[in-house]
Amino acid sequence: MKSDINLIDDNGKRLDGRGIDDLRNIKIEAGVLHRANGSCYLEWGGNKVLVAVYGPREAIPRHTQNSLRAIVNAKYNMAAFSVEDRKRPGPDRRSKEISKVISEALEKIILTEQFPRASIDVNIEVLDAEAGTRCAGLTAAGVALADAGIPMKDIPAACAAGKIAGKVVLDLGKEEDNYGDADLPVAISPRTDEILLLQMDGHLTLDEFNQAMDYAIKGCHIISEIQKKAILEKYQPKMEGQ
Amino acid sequence: MTVVPVIKRDYICNLAKQGKRVDGRKFEEYRKISIETKVVNKAEGSARVKIGNTQVLAGIKMDVGEPYPDTPESGVLTTAAELIPLASPDFESGPPQEDAIELARVVDRGVRESEVIELDKLCIEPNEKVWIIFLDIHILDYDGNLFDAASLASLAALSTATVPNKRFELGEDYPLPIREPPISCTSVKFDNFVVIDPSLDEDEIADARLTVATDNNGDIRAMQKGLNGSFTREEIQKVIKASLDNGKEIRRQLSEVTGK
Amino acid sequence: MHDEKREIVFPSQILGDAKSNKAGKGTFIENGNIISERLGILNKNSNYLNVIPLKGRYEPVVGDFVIGIVEEALSAGWLVDINAPSPAFLHTEEVPWNVDFGATEKYLNSGDSLMAKVLKIDEQKKMQVTMKDRNLFKMNDGNIIEVEPSKVPRIIGKKGSMISLIKKYIRCRIFVGQNGRIWVDAKPENIERVKQIIDKIESEAITFGLTNRIEELLKKDVRNVQE
Repeated sequence: MKSDINLIDDNGKRLDGRGIDDLRNIKIEAGVLHRANGSCYLEWGGNKVLVAVYGPREAIPRHTQNSLRAIVNAKYNMAAFSVEDRKRPGPDRRSKEISKVISEALEKIILTEQFPRASIDVNIEVLDAEAGTRCAGLTAAGVALADAGIPMKDIPAACAAGKIAGKVVLDLGKEEDNYGDADLPVAISPRTDEILLLQMDGHLTLDEFNQAMDYAIKGCHIISEIQKKAILEKYQPKMEGQ
Repeated sequence: MTVVPVIKRDYICNLAKQGKRVDGRKFEEYRKISIETKVVNKAEGSARVKIGNTQVLAGIKMDVGEPYPDTPESGVLTTAAELIPLASPDFESGPPQEDAIELARVVDRGVRESEVIELDKLCIEPNEKVWIIFLDIHILDYDGNLFDAASLASLAALSTATVPNKRFELGEDYPLPIREPPISCTSVKFDNFVVIDPSLDEDEIADARLTVATDNNGDIRAMQKGLNGSFTREEIQKVIKASLDNGKEIRRQLSEVTGK
Repeated sequence: MHDEKREIVFPSQILGDAKSNKAGKGTFIENGNIISERLGILNKNSNYLNVIPLKGRYEPVVGDFVIGIVEEALSAGWLVDINAPSPAFLHTEEVPWNVDFGATEKYLNSGDSLMAKVLKIDEQKKMQVTMKDRNLFKMNDGNIIEVEPSKVPRIIGKKGSMISLIKKYIRCRIFVGQNGRIWVDAKPENIERVKQIIDKIESEAITFGLTNRIEELLKKDVRNVQE
């Protein structure tokens, strides 16, 4: 099966025509929901993600409150119709794990000490899935948090790199995720390059790992520019009285 | 839950005494409706409906499975709704509460009882294999009147869905066979005023709610009364009339978008 | 100092160096740089670099006038929603009436709206409000308009100029809460008109020439009504 699919052709082009360090198409829109305090809609390749931020608001139930700072509750959820085989609604173990690592990444970057006993709720809905949904979710969450006016040290950006057909590549697509040799999602604080989220599965040599990290971090920086542009696009026209 | 201030309720009722609504609409007028189909690639059918600021996304997934024992040659429809916390500060995460369940069941009945889907054309092998249709309703932004938005999104998704024969190696894909759908229209009552397509404010102070689904012959296909207030016979007649009038216009809009 | 250029900044944006500038509101210092922690407008005020938030929940400050909605009557007071991360407490000693212990429901109940002032905030951000200040009362009529708390200063205007402008052309009582709630009492048509004006101010808050445009709009309305 693996040998049936030529993930990289002789010209160095991947299945969708990308080069080894090309990102899929990304489109970001800030402030798309009416009720949420902050929101973001993001398309990344075939991924469609919607994020809503509520907060800071009272953390409920009471026993979850932290008297020194806000708790960050990121909830990653895939819509039943977002995947090839319908997914039963409700969080499965994978969703719970992704929710946890995203919450932890965001906790580092949000200035939570400003809101003791509160919670900042980040709801990530994957509406259409095509590899790299956690990076898409975290990237959209960064924009939604800024849109909500939450104070942060930086706007987090996430991107994955991986290895396919023996070569390290940036931003795995669907078949590459399924038939590749390694997957490395990374999230950073673009200003300082601090790593906020890091997971890896597959097989990489130390050199390959370093190369993949370089690719992923470079990808994050490109994405960071797209995030900032999306935010300005939302608020800049208001300045000119349109 | 956020508490609705008493003076807000009084204000809405005072306006209603003068025949007005907070957003300037008439009692029998809908907000702007927009319908977009084929919005999710992975789904066999999908639609996003906006009524005012309320946004609902419906997705159709299909799978091959066993028929119900009492309908061995019929496809199966199963409907679920999620009031995801994304859509409102008052929605909690977790298994569906009674509001979500009622919503799913009302939409399901609207589709099922009116036989919108030609389930008898979805048999693959009698008694053994039929098409199972999963209709999943995702509320994205709650600004009043979830029932109509959910219903319309479901119909739009079904009307543009494709049976994924190819993926299951059963032949070529073909459009999901459907019939003319009945259109759902919801009204709420507060004090003695009945308005159609409630905004969030109106939903929050509603004492009673009535959803009426009508077809293109002017017949009634489904009804659901909700909340713990009551309606008079006269009020019900008025609601039916408003539902028929608006239903016609919404059906036309749906038809324009889906081409059916 | 009126700022000619209104620049939008976002979290992580470097605003200036910490040697020649001072870190104001909405900023933090790292590596000798003053950095924005929020999405907002850059404001330079006598060497201080401040970021005025464009959006965000209400963050209570002692002395703020707010509009509260009673959530629950307890025996020693009431829990009041003031649009902050948690409800504030209103003690029976802090209201204009003589309330016996346990008789709180006679005076204020869930859903009642009131004007209050933020009295105390402790280190855990637990808040207390008071109604003991002139002109604070429980509201029985009118309507409450909700706006982004960050837009309240613009709605009030410099030294109350915007609110005075509205009151000049439309007969109404207005109380603006710092917490993004505005109470308007007037004839229903006038409440509608005030809401439209406030909505417009909110959506165009950061543009230039807003006061003039609002005045034009108000004048036009009056002419229409008189015709």
